[in-house]
This record gives sequence, structure tokens and C-alpha cells, in this order.
Amino acid sequence: MTRRNIPREGEVRIPSGCAIAGIMDRSGARHDGGDILRSIALMHDRSNGLGGGFAAYGIYPDYADLYAFHIMYESREARAAAEAYLEHFYLCEKQERIPTEEHPAIKNPPDIWRYFMAPHPMRLAASGLDEAEYTMQHVFHINGKIEGAFVASSGKDMGVFKGVGYPEDIGAFYRIGDYRAWAWTAHGRFPTNTPGWWGGAHPFTLLNWSVVHNGEISSYDANRRYVEQFGYDCELQTDTEVITYLFDLLARRHGLSQQMAAHIMAAPSWREIDAMEPDRAAFETALRTVYASALVNGPFSIIVGSEEGLLALNDRLKLRALMVAEKGPMVYLASEQAAIQVVCPDAENVRSIEGGVPFVVQRDDVAAAKAGEAAENRAVRDWPLEHEVGVLPRKRREA
Amino acid sequence: MDATTNCVLPRYRVVRDEAACTGCAQCVRSCANGVHRLRKDPDRIVINSRACVNCQRCVVFCPELALTIRPWPQVGTGSSTWTAEAMADIAKQAQTGAVLLSSMGTPAPYPIYWDHLLLNASQVTNPSIDPLREPMETRVFLGSRPEILKINERERRVVEPLPPQLKLDVPIMFSAMSFGSISLNAQKALALAATELGTFFNVGEGGMHCDLEPFADHAFAQVASGRFGVDAHYLNTAAAIEIKIGQGAKPGIGGHLPGEKINSEVSRTRMIPEGSDAISPAPHHDIYSIEDLRQLIFSIKEATGYRKPVAVKIAAVHNAAAIASGMARTGADIIVVDGFRGGTGAAPKRIRDAVGIPVELALAAIDQRLRDEGIRSMVSLVASGSIRNSADVVRAIALGADACSIGSAALIAMGCHQCRDCSSGRCNWGIATQRAALTARLRPEEAAERVVNLVRAWTAEIQEMMGGMGINAVDSLRGNRLMLRGVGLNEKELDILGVKYAGE
Ligand code: SF4
Ligand code: SF4
Repeated sequence: MTRRNIPREGEVRIPSGCAIAGIMDRSGARHDGGDILRSIALMHDRSNGLGGGFAAYGIYPDYADLYAFHIMYESREARAAAEAYLEHFYLCEKQERIPTEEHPAIKNPPDIWRYFMAPHPMRLAASGLDEAEYTMQHVFHINGKIEGAFVASSGKDMGVFKGVGYPEDIGAFYRIGDYRAWAWTAHGRFPTNTPGWWGGAHPFTLLNWSVVHNGEISSYDANRRYVEQFGYDCELQTDTEVITYLFDLLARRHGLSQQMAAHIMAAPSWREIDAMEPDRAAFETALRTVYASALVNGPFSIIVGSEEGLLALNDRLKLRALMVAEKGPMVYLASEQAAIQVVCPDAENVRSIEGGVPFVVQRDDVAAAKAGEAAENRAVRDWPLEHEVGVLPRKRREA
Repeated sequence: MDATTNCVLPRYRVVRDEAACTGCAQCVRSCANGVHRLRKDPDRIVINSRACVNCQRCVVFCPELALTIRPWPQVGTGSSTWTAEAMADIAKQAQTGAVLLSSMGTPAPYPIYWDHLLLNASQVTNPSIDPLREPMETRVFLGSRPEILKINERERRVVEPLPPQLKLDVPIMFSAMSFGSISLNAQKALALAATELGTFFNVGEGGMHCDLEPFADHAFAQVASGRFGVDAHYLNTAAAIEIKIGQGAKPGIGGHLPGEKINSEVSRTRMIPEGSDAISPAPHHDIYSIEDLRQLIFSIKEATGYRKPVAVKIAAVHNAAAIASGMARTGADIIVVDGFRGGTGAAPKRIRDAVGIPVELALAAIDQRLRDEGIRSMVSLVASGSIRNSADVVRAIALGADACSIGSAALIAMGCHQCRDCSSGRCNWGIATQRAALTARLRPEEAAERVVNLVRAWTAEIQEMMGGMGINAVDSLRGNRLMLRGVGLNEKELDILGVKYAGE
């Protein structure tokens, strides 16, 4: 398909319905992409071949302390421009084409590369930003300013594999069976329009965040205009994008737990708050007052991936389906129960996620570390900047 | 013809259907302007149309529906420039040499942007929500907030308490209307209604009458340039304080209450001598710049122990966005922007009709500016001045307001018929008057019930509209401009309003 007459994501707002799934091993043990592929493939009818993708955590242990950028290019010029830009701001340890396999259903894929990089220490120090903020700014720059280049993911020890097609075909194209991850999420898309643009497929990511979403939020513009105040450019005009930024703002920048961030986004109703005992009601009232514009309204179900684990959330009225089941250290999430049972027939505790109640699965080591942390949030901007000074991060130098 | 010859034609002609009229003389008792007079011998009622202001009191109360008020039937000159009104204004000024006074919002045909903004509703991809089945939240809080809330997650408590907040169960308050400009009964009606509805009324710049103190939990105390009635007790009694810098109907000038309206009660409440004109200076003479405003805000906060939010009200003027952004940084907790179609008890006609800008544009520009500066979530924004119905409230919130204030609409609910003769002090509806015989016509409980009905009806409509958009909390409507589309607007207007054109 040549560059379209139809506007792509970011030029127009495109509602879509979807299938989502997630699989995680709490112990941190890694599994290949076979199960997530079968799980999302079962929900074939919930997508229409116009977008599919996967996020995987723990796939790059050899480069775990470097930012792994997955970038899609529509032209050679785009790649030249993006690489020149990255070279200026990052030190690149390794760069390569992401291995793919020809697939009859996958037409006209972009040129897809990955880079393992550390921020250029001098430029990072001069920026006055912390590493994450620095990286976020450069991702925004590439996506917004370099025509034909799109950063599909930019976290550490994680990556996103997505494109236009049914998710099972996209998975085969990227050979996701070859990767081993402790957490996988997947998305199959049913957009109401046909942008046919690889960058517009999901999961959407920023830094270590990845979000898969099913629904259409009615609070979109209220949420967008809230996060844009703080430098999050909503280029794609999608729900997933704004939800990702809300998590980044609340959990990373404001220092709240992911669970609290989700609680704010699906806050209890005033009716419920009025029935609480006064101290609790005052607490919930303060949250709703300060974060009124972070309330997400309308039908949605999301699975958020991060270095901590997975988080699933449904809207307050529970207008979208999302099931969960467990088996030993494994946790399975999917829009449909069958998509869980196909990969784990003897799954236990099969239930649906309650409306407005965040369902959090942390890796065991993360959960143990968190238990010892202070319960008070500390905003990122209140931390002293601790920049690595060497050419590569300390851990890599020692390795 | 000498200078005193009145060559202004009457505006209205009062027509009596003699066949229907039973001579009950209800109209005679209705009209404080003396339009209807009873003549003995032979028994009949004569009419002085010149004195009629078209308040429609006699029309509504005539049991036989025998009365109609028509425009004065004199044909115009045919000139679009020298309309009858333009010539009448000149004739009045030639006769008196005075500034023309008028009341209520401008009747001039400026664009009403509300009518060019259409609302969205969900279809297929996203369900609408039924407000009869699901909670549909209209509660909002007004006050300033930190950008980041410091909490203890384990203990579920706030580490740093929030600045004082006002809780509104509906996103609608009552605009400032002082005792003096309106009657105490009218104020009591608003106080009762605000208490019943879980919202706020505003005592205006004339101090707080002791009869209103029981409702002070739902009152804004206003501090205007005249400082009438302001003392520590006043500030500490109210729930919140509003510094009035300007009013939409008369930007750039202070309040004006003619001596005729200052009886002993008004004089005591305002702390000024009976019968003297109460003229507020155009500026606050201690605020010549933004840093002075900061001092006044903090003087008030000191005087009230930082327990009450301080609002600052400005008229919507050309540079409103920059001014509001400055206000947010001076410590104002609530920014109130009052559009130029807003009402007033008395204003120079030229100022009312020519100064200021529409609230829709000012509101949109202020909300966007505060967002560009990254401080919108830290202050509250209230819009007022020509909110006519629930759809206007929804539009204002979608443009970016936290809440709206209504003045004229609340008075109309009480009986006001927008005759725009408030400054004469002869309001036949008992609203804009201090004459005991007239104020007795307005019983606070009954008037309050009508106002409560109005706001309840609007709230139900707001809930219906929100439900249609798939939104169940007003928080998700605020600033949600994608829920609006423009019709009949040019690019620039769309740009300032921050909305797309219908069909986009
Ligand atoms: S001023 Fe009012 S009450 Fe008097 S005649 Fe005119 S409409 Fe009737
Ligand atoms: S308040 Fe009374 S005087 Fe003023 S416009 Fe309304 S009816 Fe007329």
C-alpha cells in the first residue's frame, strides 16, 4: 500500500474495538512467545487484520541496562535521519535489523531496527533531565519530527513487535517464538477505519511501559489536555497513548504506585466515597480532587506492562470484558476466557476483573523489594539527579 | 423646544382588551410605575404607556389576560444608521446631559457562541450511559490544588493536606448580587436555594445582612473596590471570599447603587450613610498591579486563617488569558471570568454594550493559556455571564470551566422579565427594589423553590447530555473539547475555542 489518502493515526482519531491478552510468570522465569500467540489467535474474530502486536519483558538480558529502541522506518532517508539523531544523543552498543520472516499475509512491512543504547553522558548531564525524561524527550522528537520513523518501543530489557495484520500473522512475521520473556502482552485490533500504518498498531509504549487496551474512552480529550500540560505530546490521538502517559505521569513522575495510579484513573464513585468512614473518605476525596482530570471514563479494559509486572484495569462500570486465571506462578489475562483455557486448560481461579479495581501482578522479587519501601510517594523531580559518568552504565563497564 | 422638552417617544404601548377587562384593577395594584390608573366617574382604567418598562407583571397577573405590551407603533425613519433607539439615546442625552444608565445584560445582537457549539453523543463504538440506572456525577470541588498529591499509600492518608476546597453538588452557583441592587428577599431566596442544592450564592459587594448569616456556609463574601460591609467578621462568616476586580457588564468601572435604594437596612449592611450614592471606585485603589493583587489575596487569607478559598473575578476583556494566568500565580484559588453579556443592576449603557468580550472566547483562551503554562489543574475556573440553560453549562465545562455561575437565569426563575429597568428601584417583581411594598411580593421560600426547580431540571438535563456522551462524571467533561463541534464559525473562532468544525 502506498502512502495513503486516508489519514493515519495522529491525523484523525480512530475508534476501535479489540482483543487483549497477557501472560506472566511471577517467578521471573522466561517463556517463549508460543502461548501468547495461541491465546490471542483464538480471539481472531475480535480483530480485523488491521493491527496486531506483542510486548515482551525480559527478552534482552544481555543488554538489560541499556535502552532497547525498536524503530520502524518507512524509507532509507528516515533511517538515516533517525540514526544521525540518535548518534548525537546516545552511545550505541549494538544495532541490527530485527529478524523477520516473510509471511503471505503481511504486506509491505517497514524496515525495522533495534538499538541498544546508553544516553550520551555529557549531553544527558547538560540536559538537566533524568535518564528516563531524557529518553522520553528523544522518543517524542523522533516520532513527532522525523517523517517516516516511529519508535515502537524504548524501554530496557523489553520490546514491542507490532504491525498491520492479524496478531497471529504479526507474531509469525516477527518470529516471536524465538524470544523468551517473563511477561507477554498481546493485542488484536478492530479499528473502525483503515489507517494501515504500522506505527499505529498496539501495544503502545513509552520507556518501560506498554499498554494494550480494548475500548473507547469518552474522557479522551479531558485526559489528553491534562497530560499535555506536562509535556506529553499526544501525537497519535489514541486512547492507549493517553492512558500510557497517565501511568507515566502518576507512577513514574509523581512517584505513586502503579496500583494507586490505576485507582486514580478508575476512582470510586462519590456515592461510595460518601459511605466510607471519614478519614478514608477524605483521602479518596483528595485523590479525586487533585487528579480529577486523570479519571478515565467510558468503556475500557487495559493490560499495562512494566518492569514490575502486569496490571489489569477495567472501567468503573465494567463495560468491557477481561478475564484472569492463575496456575502456579503463572497469571493469564484475556478478553475471553477461552483464550486462557486454550493455553492453560487447568487454570485455576478463573474470574473476571472487577470494574474499577486494579488487578496487579508483580514479579516476586519486585514485590519483595516494594514491601520494604517507604509508603509515601516521592516525586521524581524531588530526587537528586544521579547521572552515570562513564561512557557506558556502571554495570556494563564491570561486566 | 427648550432643553427640557421630552422628545423621546415611548417604547411600549400598553393595550387593554376592553371586552375582556372586568375592571378588577389588579393591574393598577401591579404596576409601581403608575401606568394603570383608576378613574372614578365614569369607572374606568386609563393607561400611561410612556411609563411602561415592559416588566410584564400586569400581563402575568391580569386574571382575564386582557393586557398585552406591544412595541410603540411609530414607524422608523427607514435608516439603518439612525434607528429609533439611536435617536432616542441622543434625545435623552440632549435633554439631560447625562451618562445613559441601563441594567441587565446587553440586548445588542452580538454573536452568542454557545449557539454555535454542538454537543456529541455516543453511537456504536462506545455506549451511552443511562442516568436513571447508573450514577451520573455532577459534584465538583473548587479551590487550588497541588500538582502532585503527597500521600501515604499504606495508611491511606494524605501527607500534606489540601488547600481549602468548596464542595458543589451541582456545577452551578449563583452570581454575585448585592443587597441594595436586589432585595433581601431575593438574596434569601438564593441563599435558601444554594443551601438546598448544595452549592453557593454570593452576597455581592454590599456586605452580608445578618439574616443571611445562617446560610453563610453556602455564601461567597465579596470584596470589591468600595469595600462596603467588609470587616473580619464578614470575611470569617462566609465559606469563601471573592475579590471583585471587574464585572462582565461593566468592565473597567465600579459598582453604582443610587441613593434611592439605600434605606436603613442597606445602609447598616453596607456600613454607609442612608440615602447616599454608593459608588465603588473603578479600580481597587490598593491594586494597581498584579503584585498588589497578591497582597490583597494574602491579607484576606491571613485574616481568615487560610481556611477559605479566595476567588478573583474579572470581566472578560481582551487580554483575559494573560491576566488570568497572572492571577493563578498570585495565589488566587478560583478564577471567575464574567462575560460581557452578563447582567448588572446598573451600568452606563455605552459600557455595557461596547466593552468586554464574549465569555465563551475568554473562557476558552484562559483555559488554554493555563494549560500552556501547565497550571490549569492547580486552580479552579468559573465562567459566568449569559449562561441561559443546561446546554450552555455543558458547553462551558467542555470548554474548560469547573463550574458556572448564573445570575439573570436565577432571577428570571424568580419572576424577573428582563425589562432592564433595575436601576430605577421600582422592580415590580420585588427583586431589584428596596420598596417594602414591592419586596413583599417576593416570598423567599417560594422564590427559592422556583430556583431549586430550575437548577434540578438543569442538572437532570446535564446528566442526560453527559450520559449521551458516555461520560458519568463531570470531571471527564471538563475541558473535553472533542465533545464540541462548531457550526457557523470561521477558522479563527474555531481556533480560539479549540474545537473542530461539525463533520470533522
Ligand atoms: S411597567 Fe410592568 S406592570 Fe407596569 S404596565 Fe408596564 S408591564 Fe405592566
Ligand atoms: S430584576 Fe426587576 S427591574 Fe430588573 S430586569 Fe428583572 S424585572 Fe426588570
